[in-house]
Amino acid sequence: MTFAAIRPDHWDFPLFLHVAGAMLLVGALVVVVVTMAAALRNGDGVEVLAQLAFRTLLIGVLPAYVLMRGGAEWIASEEGVPDDLDWIGIGYGVADGGLLLTLIAVVLAWRVSRRGAAGPGGIGRAVLVLAALLILAYGIAIWAMATKPA
Amino acid sequence: MSLYEWLLFLHLLAAFLLVAGLVAYGVVVYGRGEAVVSRALAPAAAALWNAGGLGVIVFGVWLALEVDGYALWDGWIIAAIVLWFVGSGAGGRLGAGLREGRRAQAIDGSRALVAVMALATLLLLLDMILKPWA
Repeated sequence: MTFAAIRPDHWDFPLFLHVAGAMLLVGALVVVVVTMAAALRNGDGVEVLAQLAFRTLLIGVLPAYVLMRGGAEWIASEEGVPDDLDWIGIGYGVADGGLLLTLIAVVLAWRVSRRGAAGPGGIGRAVLVLAALLILAYGIAIWAMATKPA
Repeated sequence: MSLYEWLLFLHLLAAFLLVAGLVAYGVVVYGRGEAVVSRALAPAAAALWNAGGLGVIVFGVWLALEVDGYALWDGWIIAAIVLWFVGSGAGGRLGAGLREGRRAQAIDGSRALVAVMALATLLLLLDMILKPWA
């Protein structure tokens, strides 16, 4: 048996933005992985799938990242949450490292989208691996947010 | 990790899968309608939505039973279960059309169904955070 956690009411809206942003971020990354994997199979519509992966990174993943990161920063600034806790450190580490990987993936996906019928090739595989790594990293962040290791 | 931490983690993870399915459905149904996109994304969308939906309700009810201070008859938990049924009903209709081999955009009311799924999911998230009538 466990008692329910209690948090201040004024955290609710920034927490909503943070969680909604994180969920949309992971959802958009899943779309990138699935579409790029399909494009790499080199069937019909390779260009369509590669462009969709690029557009999803640009207008799905990046705005969702801003929502997630902005919400997190808002909560931290509201309450002066100490940043020396492991679970907060994991969250910041994944988010900041994730931004760098995301930006690299956006640039690579843009190059893939311009290859046309030539197919995604090795650059497409790099986008797929980066997006999959990001999903894995955000999975670790979800674990840290849920269990809050000291 | 305690049982509570495991349940909360799995409940959250399932919610992320659910939203990933919803995003994929959204791209298929509200996108440009290319058959290749539907072929690539629709099966993944259905799998994520179904697995996430099942996980959310199973681990959510388990959490409600496990945690002191929560009860299945709390207003916010009843609201969550009702919203889950609304979203699952819409998702079920969409999934049934896909299993018949139809393209997502050719299913009657597919855009409305995804809108209902999105609204139910959004309200579920708000319900989880605000916990009205707790």
